[in-house]
Amino acid sequence: MKSLLTNKWLKSFGITATLMVIICFMTGPSGSNTDPVAGFSGSLFNSAPFLGLFITRRWVVFLLFALIAFVVQQGWQAYGRQVKVRYAKVMATPRELKSKRPVRLGTYGALLLLALLLPHLVTDPFWQVAMVQQIAVYVLLALGLNVVVGFAGLLDLGFVAFYAIGAYATAWVVGSLPLPPLFGHALNNFWAIPIAILIAMAAGIILGTPTLRLRGDYLAIVTLGFGEIITLFANNLNGITGGPQGSRIIPHFHLSLGPLKYVWGNGPIPYYYLILGFLILFLVGFSFLEHSRVGRTWTAIREDEVAAESLGINPLKYKVMAFAIGAASAGFSGVMTASQQNFVFPTTFSLFFSINILVLVIFGGLGSIRGVVFGAIVVQTITMYLLHSPPSGYQPADLYMYIGAMLVGMMIFRPAGLLPATRRKREIVQLREEAQ
Amino acid sequence: MGGFIHYFSSHFQTLGQEFWPLLVGGLANGFLYGMVAVGYTLVYGVLRLINFAHSEVFMAGGFASFFVMQHLVGTSSPNGISSVLYILIGILVGGLTGSLIAMAIERVAYRPLRKRNSPKLAYLISAIGASYFLFNFAGKEFGRYSVSMAQPYTNHPLFTIFGAGVQMYDIIIFIAGALMLFGLDRLVTLTKLGRSIRAVAQDAETASLMGVNIDRTIALTFMIGGALGGAAGFLYGMNVGVVYTMGFTPALKAFTAAVLGGIGNLRGAVLGGLILGTMESFSVAFLAPSYIDVTAFGILVLVLLVRPTGIMGERLGRSA
Repeated sequence: MKSLLTNKWLKSFGITATLMVIICFMTGPSGSNTDPVAGFSGSLFNSAPFLGLFITRRWVVFLLFALIAFVVQQGWQAYGRQVKVRYAKVMATPRELKSKRPVRLGTYGALLLLALLLPHLVTDPFWQVAMVQQIAVYVLLALGLNVVVGFAGLLDLGFVAFYAIGAYATAWVVGSLPLPPLFGHALNNFWAIPIAILIAMAAGIILGTPTLRLRGDYLAIVTLGFGEIITLFANNLNGITGGPQGSRIIPHFHLSLGPLKYVWGNGPIPYYYLILGFLILFLVGFSFLEHSRVGRTWTAIREDEVAAESLGINPLKYKVMAFAIGAASAGFSGVMTASQQNFVFPTTFSLFFSINILVLVIFGGLGSIRGVVFGAIVVQTITMYLLHSPPSGYQPADLYMYIGAMLVGMMIFRPAGLLPATRRKREIVQLREEAQ
Repeated sequence: MGGFIHYFSSHFQTLGQEFWPLLVGGLANGFLYGMVAVGYTLVYGVLRLINFAHSEVFMAGGFASFFVMQHLVGTSSPNGISSVLYILIGILVGGLTGSLIAMAIERVAYRPLRKRNSPKLAYLISAIGASYFLFNFAGKEFGRYSVSMAQPYTNHPLFTIFGAGVQMYDIIIFIAGALMLFGLDRLVTLTKLGRSIRAVAQDAETASLMGVNIDRTIALTFMIGGALGGAAGFLYGMNVGVVYTMGFTPALKAFTAAVLGGIGNLRGAVLGGLILGTMESFSVAFLAPSYIDVTAFGILVLVLLVRPTGIMGERLGRSA
């Protein structure tokens, strides 16, 4: 019996099979509290096609999957190193090319061109709205969270709070809340941008200063609580936020420079370009920030706080700075969302939201700007696709189950993300080698 | 200014009139917070990490005992000795489920990272991921709306103390909570397992040199904390009902309780729970019911500002 348990093959097949059982339950039908077994038994005994070849019970399908995964895994263990070496040889030329400046600039240029043309390539109205509301805005948010989690290494689980603050500040400035507008009369949405950023930043500093003095993990739980509290306030302060009904209609962004008048309305496309513009601004700004003195200080604190402190760095100052910058960019995204959607509702700012943004950052690569942008686009596109044409057994509410599982999986198998930042990757590898 | 004083004096008057009933209700909640808080504190002791998935241990205990109670009690209204039996079964089921889930969390979300020597951020992220996975999985399998549990006891006022009626429910929680917390305290102080937990909390490397099996100790620490958390899930669900998101708020409060008492300090966690429950209960006199949850958060921020080591101080690895 003991030799069976310590058998290497059996153990690794056991792990694969357990994983498959979990996936089998995750993708299966739902149960209810009157029939708690329904979901589980349906997941095992409903019929499903196996790779489109034949139809059989689900448990057989997943057993076959487990076998395939086991064979692949064993093969990888045996020949993985050779494959890696060969892959590196094949990729040597492209990698060398990639590091050349003109090639890099050309790639960025091509991507920018693609981004500019995208609304003309994607004409489906669902996807046009999704591109603005669910992808562009989320890229913006992910970039902001990346400064906090990626650059400074602080876990912020209440990102939604600052997003909500930004959105409600917009509604306030343009006079759509029960609370009278800031300067007595309604202002253009553009004024909301600096005001929302300032308020969100102030909230970040007020929340961050007491918490960041202590261990990093306290920040995580305090922000988690803060995210919940903000929703509570939004929902209950009827006289200020409009309560559960939300705000009145928020006007669109509009410009009137002498004879030039323009209103961002009529479909999502104008907003797409507006957000794209700001996005490029953020991208350039954060790239500079990463390699600036401040960015290097963040790296130093993240890697070894005591050493950084002994070099005369005040860690608290830089941590609060990162936290405030993250808060500000969430506030800014709130302005965009509020203006584009014309309303602010408390339900938009749910507990789940912060985790959604976090997964975008983790998936692409903590601290890697291109990774985060890539991760946000990929994950949000998949999410939207699932919403648009859900496969059987999938409910929109299940999304966070997958996201949770993905977070755990990424942390175990690929903690630096799909397009990792070089520095981050090195940190993780170093830590691993220390362990061995 | 006068109006301000008047506002508070009138609220203090309500507090004066309602003091004893609020105290009884607050202490009952406090025991529950304490039971969850020791889970945080134990894990914090051995790993120096907040176990974000602890809320789901609580939820799992609630759900498991909900199904068992539905099956056993159904629509009958038990009394007397059968009631005691049902509650014992509920605590056992909740506790067992809780410790199994906690063990699974350790196995999946913590141990692989420990083997890879991952940075601290990775643990926090994988724990929060595990938490989201678990409660949404429960939502998928058991429905996403709140249900009330079949009552294993008949609730009625037992006796009054200074005019405050003490309900059956309060007594159940007082007795169950006090017994379990006392048992835990003895376990950690007296047994060999308790000694190894303390040894790992003090210095894991040295403990392993002295022959303590770290992996096993950490797993058992999760399980012990999980057992109390799961049992608390049953006691809470018995009164409030169960829903897949039920863990979030109580766990946040329990964490506050753990910090309030001094993280890593077992007796501190219990004391913190009792204080937090009572303060929260008293805040009813000052705040609208929808803002009660803000109290705990306010206390958390205040503690971190004023005395981050908590009332009884951080005591990682010393007995109780």
